[in-house]
Amino acid sequence: MKFTLSWLKEHLETDEALDVILDKLTLIGLEVEEVFDPAAALASFIVGEVITAQKHPDADKLKVCQVETGKGVVQVVCGAPNAVAGLKGVFAPSGAYVPGIDLELKPVKIRGQDSFGMLLSERELEISDEHDGIIELPADSKVGAPAAPALGLDDPVIEIAVTPNRPDCLGVRGIARDLAAAGIGKLKDDTLKAIEGAFDNPVAVGLKFDEENKSACPAFAGRLVKGVKNGPSPDWLQRRLKAIGLRPINALADITNYIAYDRGRPLHVYDAGKLKGMIHARLGKKGEEFLALDGETYKVDEEMCVIADDSGVLGLGGIIGGEETGCGGDTVNVFIESAYFDPIRTATTGRKLNIVSDARFRFERGVDPAFVVPGIELATKLVLDICGGEASKVTLAGEPPEANRIIEFNTSQVQRLTGLELAQVEIKMILTALGFWLSGRGPDYKVSAPTWRPDVSQGADLVEEVIRIVGVDAVDAVPMARAQGVAAPVLTASQKRVRLARRTLAGLGMVEAVTWSFIARDAAKAFGGGEDALELANPISADLSSMRPSLLPGLVSAAGRNQARGFSDVALFEVGQAYRGTEPQDQYMAAAGVRSGTAKACGAGRHWSGAAEQIDVFDAKADALGVLGALGFGDKVQAARAAPDWYHPGRSGALRLGPKTVLAHFGELHPRVLEKLGLDGPLCGFEVFLDALPDPRRASRTKPALELSDLQVVRRDFAFLVDDAAAAGDLIRAARGAEKALITDVTLFDIFTGAGVPEGKKSLAIEVTLTPRDKTLTDAQIEEVAAKVVAAVAKATGGELRG
Amino acid sequence: MTSGKFEQLERELLDAVAAASDLVSLDDVRVAALGKKGRVSELMKGLGALPPEERREFGQAVNGLKERVAEALARRKDALREAELSARLTSEQADITLPPRARGLSEGRIHPVAQVMDEITEIFADMGFAIAEGPDIETDYHNFTALNIPPEHPARQEHDTFYFNERADGSRAVLRTHTSPVQIRTMEQTEPPVRIIAPGRVYRCDSDQTHTPMFHQVEALVIDEETHMGHLKWALESFCKAFFEVDEVKMRFRASHFPFTEPSMEVDIGYAKVGDEIRIGEGDEWLEILGCGMVHPNVLRNVGYDPDKVQGFAFGVGIDRIAMLKYGMPDLRAFFGADLRWLRHYGFGVLDVPTLARGMSL
Repeated sequence: MKFTLSWLKEHLETDEALDVILDKLTLIGLEVEEVFDPAAALASFIVGEVITAQKHPDADKLKVCQVETGKGVVQVVCGAPNAVAGLKGVFAPSGAYVPGIDLELKPVKIRGQDSFGMLLSERELEISDEHDGIIELPADSKVGAPAAPALGLDDPVIEIAVTPNRPDCLGVRGIARDLAAAGIGKLKDDTLKAIEGAFDNPVAVGLKFDEENKSACPAFAGRLVKGVKNGPSPDWLQRRLKAIGLRPINALADITNYIAYDRGRPLHVYDAGKLKGMIHARLGKKGEEFLALDGETYKVDEEMCVIADDSGVLGLGGIIGGEETGCGGDTVNVFIESAYFDPIRTATTGRKLNIVSDARFRFERGVDPAFVVPGIELATKLVLDICGGEASKVTLAGEPPEANRIIEFNTSQVQRLTGLELAQVEIKMILTALGFWLSGRGPDYKVSAPTWRPDVSQGADLVEEVIRIVGVDAVDAVPMARAQGVAAPVLTASQKRVRLARRTLAGLGMVEAVTWSFIARDAAKAFGGGEDALELANPISADLSSMRPSLLPGLVSAAGRNQARGFSDVALFEVGQAYRGTEPQDQYMAAAGVRSGTAKACGAGRHWSGAAEQIDVFDAKADALGVLGALGFGDKVQAARAAPDWYHPGRSGALRLGPKTVLAHFGELHPRVLEKLGLDGPLCGFEVFLDALPDPRRASRTKPALELSDLQVVRRDFAFLVDDAAAAGDLIRAARGAEKALITDVTLFDIFTGAGVPEGKKSLAIEVTLTPRDKTLTDAQIEEVAAKVVAAVAKATGGELRG
Repeated sequence: MTSGKFEQLERELLDAVAAASDLVSLDDVRVAALGKKGRVSELMKGLGALPPEERREFGQAVNGLKERVAEALARRKDALREAELSARLTSEQADITLPPRARGLSEGRIHPVAQVMDEITEIFADMGFAIAEGPDIETDYHNFTALNIPPEHPARQEHDTFYFNERADGSRAVLRTHTSPVQIRTMEQTEPPVRIIAPGRVYRCDSDQTHTPMFHQVEALVIDEETHMGHLKWALESFCKAFFEVDEVKMRFRASHFPFTEPSMEVDIGYAKVGDEIRIGEGDEWLEILGCGMVHPNVLRNVGYDPDKVQGFAFGVGIDRIAMLKYGMPDLRAFFGADLRWLRHYGFGVLDVPTLARGMSL
C-alpha cells in the first residue's frame, strides 16, 4: 500500500516529523517497506530564471540564455523553443547528474558558445516523457530555491506492508486512524454530506441470485450523473496517483482509483450510454465471456459473480470492469457502481482467472460493508466537482451484510495475555480511537467492533489492538518458571540416535550434506520410488518433483556434481527423512552415505606413503557398521546378501537383526543406476534405517562385570579349504561358537586361491584366541578345542583343514 | 709382588679399557682382566701361597685393583653405548616437514544446519523445552485449518504451498509450509502444560538468493495457565543472547499478523554491519528474525483446549537464517548444494559439540 505524506495529512492533523511517523507505522503493525523522497533525488536542481534569450550566432535552433541562479547569472546554451526571457525553469548547474540523459554536466562550448549547465525538460528529469520544451515553473517560484517543491515533487511516498487482516489500512483514512490512536496527531472529521439526487435514477439496478448464492453480492448501489465532461483529471489528483505508481487515465477513472486508495473502497464507473437494460449482479453462465479493461478476454463460469446488463457480461464483480462499457473522453452520462462482493468468491474467481487488481485485493480481504452508500456519495461529490453534471438519486439493491459484532470483553484479559497492567480508561481510550464502541461500566464491557474491522471477533483480538497501540516495548520480560535443580534431559531415543549417527559418520571422515527432500522422478524410480502419490502437483521444477524414497539418490547426484568440479574422492553423508508414502508413519529416518574414488576413512588420494586404494563395498559396510556400532548394534547384526536392486547384485548386502529386521543396506551402487544419474563409478553407499532399530531396553546403567584373567592367552592358526561360494562369515561364526567358554576371538587373516589350492576352492586362514579362565591350558586341552573348531567349521561350511 | 708391579698392571689394564673402541673389544678387555683366567683373577690365585701376615695386605691390593678396573670398564661401557646410540640417532633422520595422511576425525564435517539445531536444542532444553517432531507431508487440516487458516483465506495463498495430487476421497496432502502443524499434533496428543520446540524441514514454492523451496524452521510452543507476552519476551531474549553468545541483545517487537496467534508480533534484532560481518548486539540497524505471538484462542479450541483456562505463546525462527547471521554464509541456496568446498569451509568439526558448559561455539 502506497501513499504520500501530504495525502496522509489530508486525514491526519499532525506536526510529527516523517521519521517519527514511519517508526510508529512500523511498530503498530503497518510495516514501512520503502520511503521514497523525490526531493532527495532532485536535490541538485534549483529554480533558475531566464533573463535574456538570444539566438545562437552559429546555430538556427539554439539560443544563448543568461540564467539567474540566485548565486549569479550564468550562460546556458539551450535548444528549447519555449526558452524565453522571464521563464522560470529547472536549472541543473555544472556538476549535476541529469538522470534522463545519464550525464554529469561539465562546462562545455556549444558551437563556440560557453554553456554552464542546463535547463531541463521533464524527460531529462525522468518525471515524464514530455520533451517538447523545458519545464515552466510557476511564476512565483523563488529563484535559487530547490526545484523539487516548485515541481510539486517534495511529497515523500511511503510504502507499507498491510497484513491480510487489515483491509481498512488499504485506504489512507484507515492508516490515519491507526496513527491517531497511537498518538500521532488527530484524525480529521470526514462527515460526508449525502448529495441530493435531482431526479430518479433512470438506470435499473438489480440483484439476480438464488437464495443460496445471494451472499455473492448482497448490496449494489448505483446512480447516474448526467452531463459530465470527462477530460484529464486535475493536477493534484494526477500527482497523487502518479506518486503511488498509478497512471492517470481520465477524470472518472482516476476518481474511482483515488477512492480505492483513499478509503479502501473500490468503485466502478460505466458509460451509461453504452448500458442496455437493467444493470445487475448475478452468477456467470457457462460459455459467457467478456473483454476486460486490461485488454484480455475472460471466460466466466457459474461460480463467478458478474455484473451484466441485457447485452451480457460487463465485468467481474469486485475484480475488473469491461472495456466496452468503460468511460472515455466522449462519456456524457456516467453510471457509478458501489457494491459489496463476497471476499471468498472474489478471491476464488481472481485466482482462477489470475487477475490481480486493486479492487480484488480489497474485496477479498473485506471492504467496509457500511461504506457502500457513503462511497457512492463521495464519488458523486468528486465527479460533480471535477466533471460537472447533475446527479440522480441513488438506487440501492439489497442490503449490505450486517457487520455489527458485539464482543464480551473483560479488560483484565489485557494483563492476562500480555502481562502489562493498563488502566481501564487507557484501554477504553485506545479502542475508542480505533472506532470501537464500548458500553458498560467495566471491567466487563460489551464492545462493538467497527464495520471496517472484519478481523476482530473476540477478546484476544481486542487485546491485540490495545497492545499494538501501546507498544510491546511496554511489556517487561518475565522469566519463565523452571524446574528445580539441573535441567532434565529432553531428547527421545530416536533423537539421540540421529545425533550419534551424525557425529559418528563425520568421525569416519565423511562430510555432512543436506539435500532436497524432493528429487527428479527418474532418480526416485531408480531407487524404488516415484509413485504417483508422492509426486508434487506443483513442483518448482521437474528436477524437484518426487519425494525421495531414499537419501541415496540425492547423495549420489551430489557426488556427481562434485566430480564434475574435479573432486573425484567424495565422502558425503546425510541424516534425514525419506518417504514411502504420504502418511506420517510412511516417513522414516535414515543415515546414509556415499564414497567415491579413493575416499577411504583412513585417507584419500595419492600420498608419498602410498596412494589410497579405490573404495569398495567394504568401505560402505564399515560405515554402516560404524553407525550401528555407535548405536550399540555392531556385534548383533549379520550380513546377508539381500540388498535392493539399485545396488550391484554381487557386491552388496544387508545388515540384519535376526532374519527379518533390516537395519542397513550397503554396497557398490548398480552401474546402470549410476549411468542413469550421469555419474562415473564405482560408487559405494549405505543406508542405515534408524527407525528400524529396536528401542534400547536398559534396566540398569551398571555395565556387566569385567572378567580379567592373569593367565596368558593362547593363539592358534588354522587354514581351511572351502568352496569358493562359501561365506567367510559362516566360517568365523562356526569357529567362534566351537567352544564358547574359551574362544574369545576369531580373526580371518588370509584368503588365498592359486597354487596349492584346488580349482573351485579357496583357503581361509583364521587365528583363534583362547582365554583360559582358572589355570593355564594344557596341550591336551588346546588340542581338544582345536578339534572342536575343525569339526564346527566342517559342519557349517564343509571346509576341511588344509594340510 | 711389589706395589710397583701392581701399579703397572693397573695402568696397563686401564689403558686397555680406554683404548677399547667398541663394546666387543671392551668385553675382550674385561675377560682378559677380570675373566676366570684374567690377569687380576690370576693374581688372586697366588694369595694362598703367601705368608699369612702378607695375605691381608695383598688381598686388599688385588681387590682394590679389581674394583677400579671394573669401574673403569663400566664407565667405558656407558660411554661407548651412549656414543653408539647417538650415532644411530644421528643416522635416523625423518623429514618431519612431510605431511602425514589426513584421518577421518579431522576430515569429517557437520552441516551448519545440524550444528545450529544442536545449539538450539541445547539452549531450549535448559529452559525445559522438549523436542517435538512431525511429518513433512501434512494434511491440509494440520498445516492450515487447525491453525486458524480457513480455506480461501488470503494467508493460505501467501504460503506458496506445495501440494500433492488430489486423492480419491478429495483430500489433498501438502508439504508443510511451517513447523506449526507439530504444535497441533503435540496438543492433540497431550494435555497442558506444553513446552516444546519443533525443529525441521519446511517447504514453500519459492526460489531466489534468500528463498529456497526447502528450508528449516524451529517453532516453540508454551501452553499453561499463566504464560504471557512477558514470558515470551524473556524466552526470546534469553535464546538470542545464548545463541548469538552476547551479553545483551536489542530487540524490537512490531505488531503484526499471523492467523494462529493473537496478538501477533514480528521481532527485529539490533545489529551493526562491520565489513561483511553482522554483529548482533551492537549498532542500531534492525533485522527481522522471527514471528511470534500468543496462541490464538481458535487454535486452542481446535485441539480441545479451553482458551479461558490455558494460554501461551508460540514463535518460529528460520534456522538457516540465524545460521547465516551467526556464521556469515551469504547465500541460502548453497546450504543445499552439497558442494564439498562449501561444506568443508562452513561445516563444523566432529567433536565441536555445543554444550552449555562449553558454550555454543568454539
